[in-house]
Amino acid sequence: MADPLPFRPPAAAPVMPDRPAVRIEDLRLTRRWRKVIDGISADLGTPGCTAIMGPNGAGKSLLLRTIAGLEKPQGGTITFAWPPTPEKRRVALVFQRPVLLRRTALANLVHALRQFGVPRAARTDQAMALLERADLAHAAKTPARALSGGEQQRLALVRALGQAPDLLLLDEPSASLDPRATAALERLIRQAIHDGVRVLLITHDRGQARRLANRVVFLHAGRVTEDTPSDRFFDVAQSPQARAYLNGDLLL
Amino acid sequence: MVNKDAMEPFTTAFANAWHLIWTADADLMGVLALSFQVTGLAVLVSCLIGFPLGAILGVGRFAGRSASLVAINALMGLPPVVVGLGLYLLLSRAGPLGVFGLLYTPTAMVIAQTVLVTPIVAALTAQVTEEMHREYRDLFATMGMGQVQQAATLLWDGRFALTTAALAGTGRAFAEVGAVMIVGGNIDHVTRVMTTTIALETSRGELALALGLGLILLVLSLAINAGVMGLRNMGMRLAHG
Amino acid sequence: MKAPMIAAALLAGAAQADTFITVQSTTSTQNSGLYDAILPIFEAETGIDVRVVAVGTGQALRNARSCDGDVLLVHAKEAEEAFVTDGFGLTRQDVMYNDFVLIGPVDDPANVADQNSIAEALVAVAASDAPFASRGDDSGTHRREVSLWPDGPPASGTTYLETGQGMGATLNIAAALQAYSLTDRATWLTFANTDGMTILHEGDPALFNQYGVIVISPQACPSVKLEDAQRFADWITGDTGQSAIASYRLGETQLFTPNATR
Repeated sequence: MADPLPFRPPAAAPVMPDRPAVRIEDLRLTRRWRKVIDGISADLGTPGCTAIMGPNGAGKSLLLRTIAGLEKPQGGTITFAWPPTPEKRRVALVFQRPVLLRRTALANLVHALRQFGVPRAARTDQAMALLERADLAHAAKTPARALSGGEQQRLALVRALGQAPDLLLLDEPSASLDPRATAALERLIRQAIHDGVRVLLITHDRGQARRLANRVVFLHAGRVTEDTPSDRFFDVAQSPQARAYLNGDLLL
Repeated sequence: MVNKDAMEPFTTAFANAWHLIWTADADLMGVLALSFQVTGLAVLVSCLIGFPLGAILGVGRFAGRSASLVAINALMGLPPVVVGLGLYLLLSRAGPLGVFGLLYTPTAMVIAQTVLVTPIVAALTAQVTEEMHREYRDLFATMGMGQVQQAATLLWDGRFALTTAALAGTGRAFAEVGAVMIVGGNIDHVTRVMTTTIALETSRGELALALGLGLILLVLSLAINAGVMGLRNMGMRLAHG
Repeated sequence: MKAPMIAAALLAGAAQADTFITVQSTTSTQNSGLYDAILPIFEAETGIDVRVVAVGTGQALRNARSCDGDVLLVHAKEAEEAFVTDGFGLTRQDVMYNDFVLIGPVDDPANVADQNSIAEALVAVAASDAPFASRGDDSGTHRREVSLWPDGPPASGTTYLETGQGMGATLNIAAALQAYSLTDRATWLTFANTDGMTILHEGDPALFNQYGVIVISPQACPSVKLEDAQRFADWITGDTGQSAIASYRLGETQLFTPNATR
C-alpha cells in the first residue's frame, strides 16, 4: 500500500542532491585520555547509504553519536547542509539495542510523533501508517517490550522515520537479529533509502553492507583509512587495515 | 501472674476487634472514615506534588539538584511530632497562618500528613525516574525532548513502580500519630482518627481495646497494600508483557 | 480538573459547622468519661458543638495563650489565676472538685497506707527502694505532686521516674513497674489497666483537686467566640451543668463534686 507522507514542517527544504548532508572536519574526541576519534574529516550523508565499517573500538559508534549530538567533541567541526533550526530535528538515530518506552507499540509511535511536532489529530493515523510500514499493524496494542527482537528493531526504525529525517544513523541495527528478522529490517531500510533518506549504517555484516550501501567508509583507531564505493571496497580494498579486517585478522 | 493470663490481653484484643467490626460500631466507622479521608487526601496531594518534583529531580541537570536530593531524603526521616509542632506554631491563632482557623480541623491533619508523605513520594520518584532515565537518556536526546517532557514521559512509564512510592506514603500517613494528635487535637467526632483513638484508649488503660483497634488498622493496611499491588500487577501484565 | 476538587475538599474541613467552641482541657475530665456524659446535654440545649482538646493543664494553658481555644477547663488554681491576671482570661470560676490519691502495688512495700499524711507517705516512698512514677510534664497533677514532697521531689532517674507523659501513660508505666504514683481519683477509677495496683493513701486535705473554668479574653484573643464560650461557662457553673456533673457516676461512685459559687 502507498505510504502517506509523514508530517513534515513546510519550512524544511530538501538537501541538494549534489551536497552531503554533513561535512566533518578534523573531528577529535577523547575518552579517558584515549583518542577515540583522532582527526576525522569526511563528507557524509551522500545520497544512498554509506556503510561505516571497522573493528571494534575504531570509533564508529562515537562518530555516529557525535553527529547525532549525543557526544561533545573536543575539536573539529560538524556542519550540516541545513541551517540549525531547533524546531525540526533532521537527524535520527537508531541504537543497536532498541530503546522502547514501557507502552504499547502504537503509544510509542504516538509519543514520538508528539515530540516531532505532529498535531494531535494526525498522530494516531500516522502512527498506524508507520506500524503498517513496519508490518506491525497487528501488534498495535501489544506492549512494545513484549515484541520479538526483530519487531522491536523495526518499531524503533519506523519511529525514527516518523521524524521524517534527512539523515538516518543506524548503529548495527541487526547485530542481534536472526537472518529472517534482518531481511525484514533491511527491506525497511531499503525503502527509506529509496524515499530519499540518506543513511549512515554501522555494520560488521559484509553482506548487509553489499546489499544496502553504495559507499564504504572504513575506520581504524579513530581515523578514516579508506573511503570508496562499496563494490570497490569488497573487491580491492586499498588500505592494509581494511584488508586485514576483511580477512578476519586481528587488528592492533 | 499465672501463665494462662499472660495471653489474655491478646485474646481480648481479638474479641474486641471482632466485636467492633461485627456490630459496625458507629464511632469506629466514623473514626475509620475520617482516617481514610485524611490519609487519602494527603496522599493524593503528596503525589500531585511529589511525582513531578521527584521526576524533575530524577532527570534534571541543574544547580542545587544534589542538595535538593539530600534534603528530600533527610526530610523522609522527619519525626511526625516535629512536623506537628512546626505546623501547630504556624496554624495556631497566634501563628502567621492563624487567621485561616485551620488548627484542630481535618484540613490541618491533611496538611501535616502531606508534609510527612511528600518527601517520601518525591524521593522514591526521583530514584525510580533516575534509574529509568539512564536507559532513556540517549533516546530523549535524539528526540530533542525538554526536561519537563522527559519528566512527564518517565512518570507515565514508571507508573507501576510509582504505586510503590504512593503506598509507602500511605503507610506512613495511615500509621502516623504524633503530628495529627497535635494539629488535630483528637477531638471526638471532629479530628479523631484510628491512631489517635488508639493513643487515647492506651492512656485510659484500655490496652486490649487499643490493641484491638491496632489489629483493625493492621488488617486495613494489609488490605490496601494487597489491593493496590494486585491492581498494579494486573496493569503491569497488560502494559509490559 | 482535579485541583478545584481538592481545594474544595480541603476547605470543607475549615468550613464545618460554625457553631462550635473549642475547650482546652485537662485530660482527666475526658479520660474519666465526664465530657461524654455532660456535653451532649449542653449541645442539645444550645446547639453549640463543644470540641475538646484534652492535653494536660500546662499544655492547655499554653495553647490558650496562643488563642487556640475559647474556654479553658483545667485544675491548677494558681496558674489559672495568673492566666487571668496576665489578661488572657476574663474570669475564673470554680466548677467542681475531686481529689488526688496515691496509688501503688497492693503489697505496699513502702508501707504508705499506715502514714498519717500524704507528706509522710511520700517520705516513706523516698526512703524505700520502691519506684515512684511522676508525670514530669508540667500538668496540673504534676505541679501538685511536686508541691507535696516536704523537701521537694527526689532526684530524677533514681527511683523517682519522670515519664514526661500524660496521666494514662504514666499509670501504664506505674503498673508495669509496680511503682507508686499520684493521680486524680476520676482517672484512676476509670483506668482499666490497674494490674495489681490500688489506692493506698487518700483523704489528706492537701489532696483536694479543684477544677476551674475560664473564658478566654477577646481582648487578648480576638478570635474567641465570646458569646458561645460564656454560655458554656455559665451552663457548667449553673444548675443544669452542676447537676449533670453530680449525676455522673461510675457504678456507685460519684467522680466529681460540683462546687460552683454563684
